[in-house]
Order: sequence, then structure tokens, then C-alpha cells
Amino acid sequence: MVLINIKIKRKTLDNENSYFQIFKYEGDINSSIAFVLEDINSREKLIDTEGNFAERIEWDCGCLQKKCGACAMIINGNPSLACSSLLKDLIKDDNNLITIEPLSKFPTVSDLKTNKYSIFKSLQDMKLYLESEPKINKNQHESEYQSSRCLMCGCCLEICPNFDISNTFNGTLSMVNGFKLINQENEKNHKNEMIQEYRKHYYNGCGKSLSCEEICPINLPIEQLLSKSNAIGVWGRNLK
Amino acid sequence: MTKLIIIGAGLAGLSAAISACKEKNNEVILISTMPSERAQSVMAEGGINGALNTKGENDSVEEHFNDTMNAGLHLANPNAVKSLTYHAPQIIKDLASYGTMFNRDDNENIDLRNFGGQKKKRTAFAKSSSGKQIMTSLIQKVRKYEIQGLIKRYTSHKFLKIIKNESDACIGCVVINTQNQELIPIFGDSVIISTGGMHGLFTNTTGSLDNTGIVTSELFTSGIPIANGEFIQFHPTTMKFSKKHLLISEAARGEGGRLFSYKNGKKWYFMEEKYPEMGNLMPRDVISREIWNILNEDDSIDNVYLDLTELPEEILENNLFEIIDDCETFFNINPKKEPIPIIPGIHYFMGGIKVDEYHRTEIKGLYAAGECACQYHGANRLGGNSLLGAVFGGIVSCKTALKDRNNNQNSSETNPKELLEIKEQINQLKKRSRKNPIPTLKNELSNILENSLDIVRNEETLEKGLNDLNNFIDTKVEDNYDSTSGIYENINFKNQCLLAKALIESAIARKESRGAHTRSDFPETNDKDYKKTTIARYNGKSIDIHFEEIPKLRE
Ligand SMILES: Cc1cc2nc3c(=O)[nH]c(=O)nc-3n(C[C@H](O)[C@H](O)[C@H](O)COP(=O)(O)OP(=O)(O)OC[C@H]3O[C@@H](n4cnc5c(N)ncnc54)[C@H](O)[C@@H]3O)c2cc1C
Ligand code: FES
Repeated sequence: MVLINIKIKRKTLDNENSYFQIFKYEGDINSSIAFVLEDINSREKLIDTEGNFAERIEWDCGCLQKKCGACAMIINGNPSLACSSLLKDLIKDDNNLITIEPLSKFPTVSDLKTNKYSIFKSLQDMKLYLESEPKINKNQHESEYQSSRCLMCGCCLEICPNFDISNTFNGTLSMVNGFKLINQENEKNHKNEMIQEYRKHYYNGCGKSLSCEEICPINLPIEQLLSKSNAIGVWGRNLK
Repeated sequence: MTKLIIIGAGLAGLSAAISACKEKNNEVILISTMPSERAQSVMAEGGINGALNTKGENDSVEEHFNDTMNAGLHLANPNAVKSLTYHAPQIIKDLASYGTMFNRDDNENIDLRNFGGQKKKRTAFAKSSSGKQIMTSLIQKVRKYEIQGLIKRYTSHKFLKIIKNESDACIGCVVINTQNQELIPIFGDSVIISTGGMHGLFTNTTGSLDNTGIVTSELFTSGIPIANGEFIQFHPTTMKFSKKHLLISEAARGEGGRLFSYKNGKKWYFMEEKYPEMGNLMPRDVISREIWNILNEDDSIDNVYLDLTELPEEILENNLFEIIDDCETFFNINPKKEPIPIIPGIHYFMGGIKVDEYHRTEIKGLYAAGECACQYHGANRLGGNSLLGAVFGGIVSCKTALKDRNNNQNSSETNPKELLEIKEQINQLKKRSRKNPIPTLKNELSNILENSLDIVRNEETLEKGLNDLNNFIDTKVEDNYDSTSGIYENINFKNQCLLAKALIESAIARKESRGAHTRSDFPETNDKDYKKTTIARYNGKSIDIHFEEIPKLRE
């Protein structure tokens, strides 16, 4: 059992301004942040540490097991999934304070909910779909599988020093998703179209800091996918 | 142009949308609470069934048909199942042609694995994230149509009510934008509901918290019947985690995992002992019942385990990676070294919105497909058949909708009566006098359900559940408004309670044991009275239950 203070950045639907509120939580040290949020939300009355009445906390979740990417938020400064961030890994010092905030690179809807429409729009801008049947290449199967695992949670965009929603640079997740399609497309024109968009929306903007590789909640092999994507998209090679 | 409105963007919704756009002159509005990437379908691990017969085992679509009908104890519509199993091999090939990264065998054929209730290798899979890999390829397909302007995705929208015309046909629906609470009427030629199972009524479930069952409950309360609501599949191997359960996929047993418990200090492989032929791969209902019996009837046994420690490292790393990862992340258990303690948990709802063979509901212009609909699985679903049912149901519902289309003069009324009704309902809500918090009520509802609709049921516990529920509604739910929860949850809470009541009343009416419905007071299967579909219908005051004949298989 641990007693923690959880500091949450809050914002209501109809107000621009954010503010922080702290709640106490006592429970199992193996609990996830998602569990803590649910526990706080299911109290009869929500009261913060200063004794003020509080509204229930708005946040998104679905699977609660690292499979849907809905629950991405900033936890102690790191973009992470609430459902797989456990208290035991977060409590560092004696005052047991954990701070959670919404991802900052997307518009906040309310509390920890953000509007990630731009992610899905950016994949459209890059024309990421197949026109033909996919080329089957046994050696690339594993990388293509990894490419299709991406949760679209947005953690890689949050950590990226170069990503900003208003720029043409679409960030790591667009490369990760693009890799499989660029490699599998048999229809030449569409393949070239995707390659051009890849250069414009990804290659020209990536500074290779690779902070995304460490932050990805499902440990996608980002550097590997990146060098393969560049091999096809920039150096015009075909992967063996 | 024909305009389809699809509510729910999981596998069934995406499949319907793609099917519509493959033909000319159709457009789709795809509505969901969250983007498809977040739908429950991405959670599916084990795989999708189809008699591809590439393993030299002489598999056939007939055998797939028989296995599906037998597992469902002949409650499914055989004509629908015939069509499902006949089309399954092509569906899997189509998914591969969209770019689904199925595992391949040495001959580059789509690899197949064993799955419960089937003797032949028939389940195509993509390591242990089959659902995610299938969804990714369909999302990429949908993206193409989105770019062409044929599909519009409205994420962050929730369904409130269907809109009907003078002749009672469905011509659209009212939805709420959850990012600004705006109420929006949308009109089209037909509406397909694909909003997933009723997981949100329970907490001992492996399903997504996104699938609240609210859409089903709203349709039920407005008079659309529910079929076979009592048939709830318990998956034998789950673990309690957070406020739900985490699934340990059947793939673990398909690859050789063994169930055991300790008896007199020794490992007891109870499934292998009792069922030497199929052992750990018996259908889910059988295994869940065995575990329930062991845990409830033998005082000396408190735990049941799944043992993967004897499996080769290569299988564990390649085919069961996600399971290993989940156990390590969430439970500090290393399945390569120690057995996993498991308990059964709710996994799938065989029952749901009543549809005909072609996915029509009783309302003209309204269709249902995927887990929200009662189709294909009868009294018990085979693992791997629901992804298949979701894809196929999406296709069939779309084709039926296009065929039935009665060219609704695409009304564009800005204020249909349904919208005004909802606005009035919201005004009235706020005047209500009880102030119980919905999260507390929700827990209480789940509690009542979990106590009565357990793996093994009887008249006494079911009647008690019904009584408790009636009491609960009268004393806490009627006239309640919780200003700290959203309007959407407030409007729909009583509907969810009524749907819950329909499930219990259906279980009371079925006085026999069959598939996932086990009655300790009626242990036998009674074909004469109950080889029928249970229909629960709300008439505005009470719920009527009756049984309907199952159609005969056409020649
Ligand atoms: C952990 C797990 C593993 C599984 N593994 C397998 C497997 O290996 N093989 C297999 O065959 N089956 C498996 N299943 C079952 C299978 O995944 C589901 O039955 C299937 O994915 C259901 O698809 P669907 O399209 O009907 O619904 P879902 O994918 O659940 O999608 C529902 C959609 O409806 C939307 N929605 C919900 N409520 C509303 C609302 N109020 N308003 C608007 N939109 C709404 C959601 O946002 C979502 O887009 C598994 C299930 C679970 C939980
Ligand atoms: S809730 Fe799905 S990833 Fe966290």
C-alpha cells in the first residue's frame, strides 16, 4: 500500500484556462495511473487536497492494456500510456507526488482529453494507402508487422523536438505507418506519390534525435524502420 | 448517391464501409466515440477462422459449418452460418490482399493454428495481435476512400437516437459531438449499427471500456427486441486487472499451454483427465464451467493455473509475445518460468440486437452487425469466429441495406422531432431530484448482474438479481440526475438497467442448460421447448419474453 498525491492539470470544455488540482490516492503500488484515475472518478464525491469539490476527471481510455493508444498523457513529464504506467515505477522521492497533464502538442478538449484529429489528417495528406495488392517479401514481414502495430497514441510526436501541429513535418508515426505501405505498393505511380509525400512530410523535417525510440510505449523498432524507409524513399533502393 | 450511416467503427463498421465504397455511387458516414484505432477489435489476439485447408488435414467449409453449429448447440440461424463459413476462406484472402500481416508458413501460405472447439487447424493469425493487424489494413483501405471523399469519419461522436419517417422507417439518427456537446441530426438512406458488445454493463469483462452497450440499450428501450441475451461467453483464462479483466488468449493453449490446479499437493491437469481427446482445447463454455466447478465445489482448491513453462522459447517469443509482455508488465509474472494464475471472465455476448439472416432489424432501414447483433454464434461462439462474423456481418448488412434502399427523400430537416424530444429530455433531466453519482450506480448495477448471471445460474439467484435490480431502479435510478457525470451517461443509465433486466429475465425464462447458459436447477438440454431463440421485447412498461422457432437449413 502507498499513499500518493496525484496532481492533475485540468480544463473544462467551455473555458480556455487550465489549472492544477491535487488528489490523494491510497492503494496498491502495482496500480496503473489508469486505475488511479478510475478510482478517483468513482468516489461518491470528488474532493481535492484543499477540501474543494471537484468535477470528475475527463480522460480517454479503451482497452486498459496498451493496445488502443487512447490513454496517452504526460506523466511526470514523460509522454506515456496511463494504463501501463505503474505507480511503483513513478514514485521517485519521499513526497510521492505524481503529476499528470494532457499531451501538449494537441488542442486540449477537457482535462486530459486532447483532439488528435491532425494525426489522422496527416496520414491522409501523405496518401498512405495501397493501390495494389501488397508485395510479399518474407524478409520484410517482421518489419511490416511492426509498422502495423503502431497505436497512434501520439507519444512520439509529443517528445519530438521538431514536431509541431502547424508544420508540414508529420513526425515519427507517419514514417512508421508509411514504411509498410511504401514497401508493399506494387503500383508505381502511387508508390512514387507516397515517396514524395514521405520526403516532404517526414524526411526533410526529421532531425534524427530519435527521442521517439525510447518513448514509444510498445517499443517499436523505430530506428530500424527509419533506415529502411530512407533506403526506399530517399536512396531509391528495393529492400531484399 | 446512396448514403449509409454506420454507427461504430470497429471491424464490422469498417467492413461495411469498405463494402459500400467498392460499389459505385455510395457514400458513408462513419460515426464512433473514438477513432477505429481505439476500437475493441484491435484487442483481438488469437485469430480469424476460415477453412483454407492448407495444412493437409482435409478441412472443409462443411466442417467449419458443423463445428460452428455444434459449438452453438444449434441455436444459430443455419442459413446465415452456412453463408458465413462458405465465404470465410475468401474473406481471409481478401484481408491478406488489403495488407494484413498474417503469419505465413514455409510455403508462403497463410499459416493456420488450432483454436478451441475445432479439431482442424483453421485459424489464421498475425502473431498475437491478429485484431490489430486486421484493423490496420482495413483502416488503410478506408483512408483511400476518405481521401476520395466517399467516407466521412466522425470520431468523438456518440449515438443518441434513430430518426424515423411517417411510415416508421429509419432515415437517420441524432448524435452528440463529445468535444462540444452539440446535438446533430444526420440523415441517410439507412443506418447500420455496429457498436460492439454489452461489456459496459459488467466489470468482470475482457472487453473495451468503450463498449458500454448504450446503443443496444437505447434501441431496446425504444422497442427493438434483443435475442438470446442470456448467452454470455466466459473466457476460461483471464486475470483481474484494474476495473476489468485481462485476457490470456486461447492461442496460449492452441500452442500447447496446459491448465492445472493443485490437488493433494500434486499438479492436476483436470481438462486432460476428463477430456482426453480435446483436453485444454475444449470449447470455452466447457472449460469455464469446469473451472467454476473446481473453484466452487472443492474447498481445498483456490487457484487454477495456465502453464506455458514447457513451451519452446521460439513459440513463446514469436507467437505469444504479447501474452508474455502483458504478464510481465502488469503482474510481474514471467510465464516462461512460472504458471499464470487465471480465472474465467466475460468475453463475448452471443446475444444482442435481433436481426434476420440478412442483418435486418425489425425497423425498416435499420441494420445491425458485429458483436452488437445476435447472429452466427448461437449458444456459444467459437474462438476466431467473431472477427469473421464482424467482417462478414459488415459486408452482408451493407449489401442488404443497398438492396433494400427505398430512396428516402434525403430529408434534411434541421429540427426533426427526435432532436426536439432529446432536447426536452435534457431539460427535464436537470430538474430531477435524486443526485446519486453514476459511477457508484454503475458499480452497483454490475454487482447485481455479476451475482446473478454467473457461469452457473439457478432460479433463486436469478430471481434475487431481478428483485435487486427492480429495487435498485425504483429507489436509486428513477428521477436521478448526476451533474458531475455527462449528459450522455445520464440520459442512458436507465436504459442500461432495462437492458440488464432483459438479460436476467431471458436467463430465467430459459429453463434448461445449453452452451454458455448453465442452470444448476435444469442441468439437461431440452430441445423440445428451448431449441429456439429467446426474444426479449420492451413494451414501454415491462419486458415480454418469448421463444421463436429457428429457421430450417435451406437445401
Ligand atoms: C481481449 C479480446 C480478444 C479477442 N480475441 C478474439 C480473437 O482472437 N478472435 C475473434 O474472432 N474474436 C476475438 N474477440 C472478439 C472480437 O474482438 C469482437 O467480437 C469484435 O472485434 C467485435 O467487433 P465489432 O466491430 O462488432 O465491435 P468493436 O470493435 O467493439 O467496435 C465497436 C465500435 O462502436 C463504437 N461505439 C460504441 N459505443 C458507441 C456509441 N455509444 N456511440 C457511437 N459509437 C459507439 C466504438 O467506438 C467502436 O468504434 C476478442 C475480444 C476481446 C475483448
Ligand atoms: S487504454 Fe488502451 S492503451 Fe491505454
